[in-house]
Amino acid sequence: MSKVYDVAIIGAGPAGLSSGLYAARSKMDVIILEKAGTGGQIATTDEVANYPGAQAEATGPSLVARMVEQCKEFGAEIAQKEVQSVNFENEMKELSLADGTVLKAKTVIIATGAHPRKLGVPGEEKLTGKGISYCATCDADFFTDMEVYCIGGGDTAVEEAIYLTKFASKVTVVHRRDELRAAKSIQDKAFANDKIDFIWNAVVKEVNGDGIVEQLVLENKNTGEEQVIDAPEDFGTFGIFVFIGYIPNTELFTDKLVLENGYIPTDADMKTNIPGVFAAGDVRVKSLRQVVTATADGAIAAVQAEHYISNKF
Amino acid sequence: MLLLDKNTFEEEVLNAEGYVLVDYYSDSCEPCKALMPDVEALAEKYEGQVKFCKLNTTKARRLAISQRVMGLPAILLYKDGEKVDECTKDDATKENIQSMVEKVL
Repeated sequence: MSKVYDVAIIGAGPAGLSSGLYAARSKMDVIILEKAGTGGQIATTDEVANYPGAQAEATGPSLVARMVEQCKEFGAEIAQKEVQSVNFENEMKELSLADGTVLKAKTVIIATGAHPRKLGVPGEEKLTGKGISYCATCDADFFTDMEVYCIGGGDTAVEEAIYLTKFASKVTVVHRRDELRAAKSIQDKAFANDKIDFIWNAVVKEVNGDGIVEQLVLENKNTGEEQVIDAPEDFGTFGIFVFIGYIPNTELFTDKLVLENGYIPTDADMKTNIPGVFAAGDVRVKSLRQVVTATADGAIAAVQAEHYISNKF
Repeated sequence: MLLLDKNTFEEEVLNAEGYVLVDYYSDSCEPCKALMPDVEALAEKYEGQVKFCKLNTTKARRLAISQRVMGLPAILLYKDGEKVDECTKDDATKENIQSMVEKVL
């Protein structure tokens, strides 16, 4: 008979790693399944300024590395495996993996998080990685001394715009409204930065270029007027960084769980509508998506999973 | 895998005969670090058929841009010094890289 895990966690971002830590610490048999690298979205974040205990030098990767180490110390298994489908219909939950194996677990914690939303405009797909980016830490240094446009007005967009000023000669924030949505403290930093400029009430209409970004076309939301921005001659290109929100990673769970606008609704104990299946982190319906709320969710989900197992099995 | 730099790139890639695969990565690119073991596994699998190389773009920015690489991870496949295919960003997965290689062999 194949091994049955007490807890299978899908996703190794802060929520998944925190559940793994709590579950392993209470001596449950735990596996964390991650299709890409550990850390989720925070792994590509340069500065983590608002996680309690994280100091000024704390970066996403360093924080994640410590979480992973802690998790393993308590005995959680972290596997780089992709889950392709799930079966939550029976008491024993089944996860089918990309390598063809089927993993069985008494409980499942969904911590799959979210991924950046795309612009959905002509030229975007073709020019991704050719000047259009969704990851500042990955790609910022390509744009050293170049101009960069940062699309979006939330916390991420404005924080990343500030980060990009370390590399770019000038950063222009393009936002669809006439004021930023980012936290006041972040806004103040951006307004005080000489390298940051703003274009208000504008959305991206298309991006053009032959193999590399050469032109950005914006549309003013109020007047409908078009603004065409061509690459300056010196470099022949510029950067476009897109931070316009997130889409939950819940494709696996369509028709398997109740979803709300793609997100998973839970109660305060992280329970989904299926007994034994919990959700934690950005994938949940919630008002604040931060590392601190993700790790809190993870801890609650792990403790609830333990309760569920001791009552049921 | 052969570690390239801006001095060896031309000889090992652009002037090379046959298939050469280049994994463009950088020190601050976490997705690149996560992908690297997969590329190394493929390098072993296709040894003798495709020359697998890696280039740290932090130290070779202009070179990367000259190859139209401005986003990481980027895995480019060359034949006789000409780029024939690539997998970048979300498409840069082990499966996609493998099928890119299989397609030409």
